[in-house]
Amino acid sequence: MHRFANPNQFLRIANPLLPWISALSVLCMAAGLYLGLFQAPPDYQQGESVRIMYVHVPSAWMALFVYASMAIASATALIWRHPLGFLMAKASAPIGACFTVICLATGSLWGKPMWGTWWEWDARMTSVLILLFLYVGYMALIDAFDDPTRGQRAASILALVGAVNVPIIKFSVDWWNTLHQPASVVKLSGPAIHPSMLWPLLIMAVGFTAFYFALMIVRLRSEIAAAKIRNIRLGQVHS
Amino acid sequence: MVVVMFFVITVALFPFGVGPESNILARIAAGVVWVCAMLATLLSLDRMFLNDYEDGSLEQLALCPLPLEIIVLAKAGAHWLVTGLPLILAAPILAMLLNMPAGGYLTLFSVMILGTPTLSLIGAIGASLTLGARRAGVLVSILVLPLYIPILIFAVGAIDAAAMSLPTRPHILFLAAILAAALPLAPWASASAIRQALN
Repeated sequence: MHRFANPNQFLRIANPLLPWISALSVLCMAAGLYLGLFQAPPDYQQGESVRIMYVHVPSAWMALFVYASMAIASATALIWRHPLGFLMAKASAPIGACFTVICLATGSLWGKPMWGTWWEWDARMTSVLILLFLYVGYMALIDAFDDPTRGQRAASILALVGAVNVPIIKFSVDWWNTLHQPASVVKLSGPAIHPSMLWPLLIMAVGFTAFYFALMIVRLRSEIAAAKIRNIRLGQVHS
Repeated sequence: MVVVMFFVITVALFPFGVGPESNILARIAAGVVWVCAMLATLLSLDRMFLNDYEDGSLEQLALCPLPLEIIVLAKAGAHWLVTGLPLILAAPILAMLLNMPAGGYLTLFSVMILGTPTLSLIGAIGASLTLGARRAGVLVSILVLPLYIPILIFAVGAIDAAAMSLPTRPHILFLAAILAAALPLAPWASASAIRQALN
């Protein structure tokens, strides 16, 4: 694993992969949207508005997944001092924040016809909102220092502190019996939704994950380039 | 003392803001007292490490044989003594001004005792992360307030439960658990933040 921590080594693998990942993301999202919006049956209680789920649930998964990968990247960067880990966490943060906003926005669009309210202060919504604040705090901290490596280190520690929230969000619907429905896909007894709805959902989830990786590689490439430019500039100043 | 004055004044703003009807004030008293106590704690966080960082004594403290985690714990303890403790003493008086139901006072006192040390400990993480940052004061509030939310939820939950004579034990146990987790983990995170701020 340490071999891939070298940015050039990483780019040699990531660059050829990027078109494939992007194609996978576009294909899966197109197929998932088609199946979800036109093929899957409407819910017997919720009617057509159940289709918001095909965007809402994958983006909620991604909001958590991106934060977890950010925390793991930060931990590896702090422990083994891999600069790539800092850059990866930094490149992921805005993507994860966007997924969180999409999750909250689609959830509130769905909540208006179903629950009769745009927003309810229940456990899962509140903890996802805290997740959004953690993303915002991370992005604010990383840009608050004149020395970029200092900001990356401080923000990585914050990402690890905030990782406490991830299991709380995942299990909030099981621990507190509030308005948000409990988990129905990832549970020990098998998924509780019909395959005709499960498949579009899983295809969308693959598409969203591929989209994250594609976007992350693009952002990481520009972060690496920016770091190289900064080093060249510093070298010119000192020489 | 300035922190306590801030606490008193912000709480005193609420009767003007929501109107002096005593039943509305009684309903929101616990939440108002806690939110204002958190803001008051936040206001004093920048003094926890910043002066020592600027005059270099934090480096000397980091070099001494005692583990930096213990020094951070002592700093957080000192911060709690000068801000948390006065807030605990002022809180029942302010709750009385807001007409809080009589059943809630003992619970208010116990959740303040359990909650305010956690505020200082989590605040130490924020204060050490923002050492040397631009506009550190605003930044601290963005970093620390989301982490304060669970404490607020359980503290106000306990007081509301006591006012309605429901069991308060689960809320208080949660607060104690958060304190027990923050006691070793927060100094550890804060000490590693100080170390990377110094080199």
